[in-house]
Amino acid sequence: MTAVSTAIAPAPVRLPDLKVTQLRVIHSEWTKFRSLRSTVWTLVIAIALMIGLAALLSAVTNSEFHTLKPDEVASFNPVSASLGGIGFAQLAVGVLGVLLISGEYSTGMIRASLTAVPSRLPVLWAKVVVFAGGVFALMLASSFGAFFLGQSLLGSHGVGIGYHSAVRSIFGAALYLTLAGIIGVAIGALLRNSAGAISAFVGLFFMAPPLAMLLPSSIQDSVTPYLPSNAGGAMYGGSSPFEHPMGPWTGFAVLAGYAVVLITAAAVRMRRTDA
Amino acid sequence: MIEVQNLSKRYGDKLAVDGLTFTVQSGTVTGFLGPNGAGKSTTMRMIAGLDAPTTGSVTVNGQDYTKSTAPMRELGILLEAQAVHTGRSARNHLLALAQTNGIRNSRVAEVIDQVGLTEVAGKRVGGFSLGMGQRLGVASALLGSPKVVVLDEPVNGLDPEGVLWIRNLLKALADEGRTVFVSSHLMSEMAQTASRLVVIGRGKLIADTTVDEFVSRAAGNAVTVRTPEVVELCRLLQGPDITLTREALDLVHVQGLNAEQIGTIAWQAHLPVYELTIQHASLEEAFMQLTHDSVEYRSHEQAEVSA
Repeated sequence: MTAVSTAIAPAPVRLPDLKVTQLRVIHSEWTKFRSLRSTVWTLVIAIALMIGLAALLSAVTNSEFHTLKPDEVASFNPVSASLGGIGFAQLAVGVLGVLLISGEYSTGMIRASLTAVPSRLPVLWAKVVVFAGGVFALMLASSFGAFFLGQSLLGSHGVGIGYHSAVRSIFGAALYLTLAGIIGVAIGALLRNSAGAISAFVGLFFMAPPLAMLLPSSIQDSVTPYLPSNAGGAMYGGSSPFEHPMGPWTGFAVLAGYAVVLITAAAVRMRRTDA
Repeated sequence: MIEVQNLSKRYGDKLAVDGLTFTVQSGTVTGFLGPNGAGKSTTMRMIAGLDAPTTGSVTVNGQDYTKSTAPMRELGILLEAQAVHTGRSARNHLLALAQTNGIRNSRVAEVIDQVGLTEVAGKRVGGFSLGMGQRLGVASALLGSPKVVVLDEPVNGLDPEGVLWIRNLLKALADEGRTVFVSSHLMSEMAQTASRLVVIGRGKLIADTTVDEFVSRAAGNAVTVRTPEVVELCRLLQGPDITLTREALDLVHVQGLNAEQIGTIAWQAHLPVYELTIQHASLEEAFMQLTHDSVEYRSHEQAEVSA
């Protein structure tokens, strides 16, 4: 370090109108969000998975369509076929959500954040707003991209944007990924540990559904559909193993319920426990 | 001003801070001293509202810091543990903190320049040396031009030039009328900068006083006398509460009398005196004496010697 400043305290500094507001904290969180390489890379991966897998799955489906059984043809949904990247993109988005808070705890940044905003909760709300806004916008664009690319590669089996469930499924996909990511944010705030929180997220979204299949069939029907990924799947017409899948808005309500409960728990923990 | 009232903090079954009460006044540099593990950092975290007190209270400028509407105007703090995301550049780190309180962007450039990090402001903090990290921490503490500045071990990892810079900065901040509260486990460092001292050991208050008073209280000042008539002088100086230690053939160490008293007695008895030296207890010795029983982590060897 060559720049050397010996002595020199600040000349009287004029800083008018200092005050913490929710809007200012959101601005600050936006600066944090965009200034980390991990954020940028995770989002690039999520976008690549959404669009890349849509292309791959659609192209494969088109070339193998003649091998499908009649019942498979009957239940074929060209819209969800092009949104197949969600299963993987949700991991990227969930990890991003987790790191948004656990990264601050692991580096100690949280102490600076909460000293600047000692009422604390504005920091959590701002993180959720910035994350939700950023992820929803990018995932909506990716979902549209995945849809159009996928439909063109499905050839004669593809549909247009006017197809009855197309627009709803595309918005549903973006909403689903946003809510899954917010659940990641909440888990990160609850566990404060990146490795633990990522494991918990993977457990909830990737391990729980197959494990629930092992439950006795009598209780399976009252548990399995309500898991976050299964309920949320109804939002974008994800392939459903259930005889009576939820309606899209019911699925949205269930997934949003998980997010609200977990974020509330995270807020209580953040407010009450030492940083 | 910082007011600490009967403050305690318990972690599990360990009482890290035990009934502290003291006040840190504005316009002076107050040193916060104690051996490692004495509870200094815990106290500072409670001042900033990061840890909630188990009992008691802390106020910054008369109010609970967590209820402050413009927190960065009230308090700037450098925590001992790094409090910065290593993946972000110094400038973006400071920018994000400034934005929460509505501090203008140009102020960020000002503090970066003030702490001498202009050339590396765009680099990721993960690559910073300990000294650069400390400078960044000081920059974040100064962002809001706060009325109270709290620095936990600010000279850690700084080179001599950096240490001098911190000293001058602390004095200048105090001269501007701010409250400056600085922790250290180095007494000598505090002697250079602080005018008041809060000393703790094992979470308890040991002293809340001025630096001068602390030293004189800790070790009664002693005088060494060089005279060829050591035996005769010792006979004359004898008395209750007076300790005489012969250190060489012509040298005696006197505790309990001051130089004037000794000089007068020797002159009256016509004893030649070649040297009369006042031995000030060093700040470090005073500190060691006062905190002797409250050292949390003592090396094994030292423990045996003092046992």
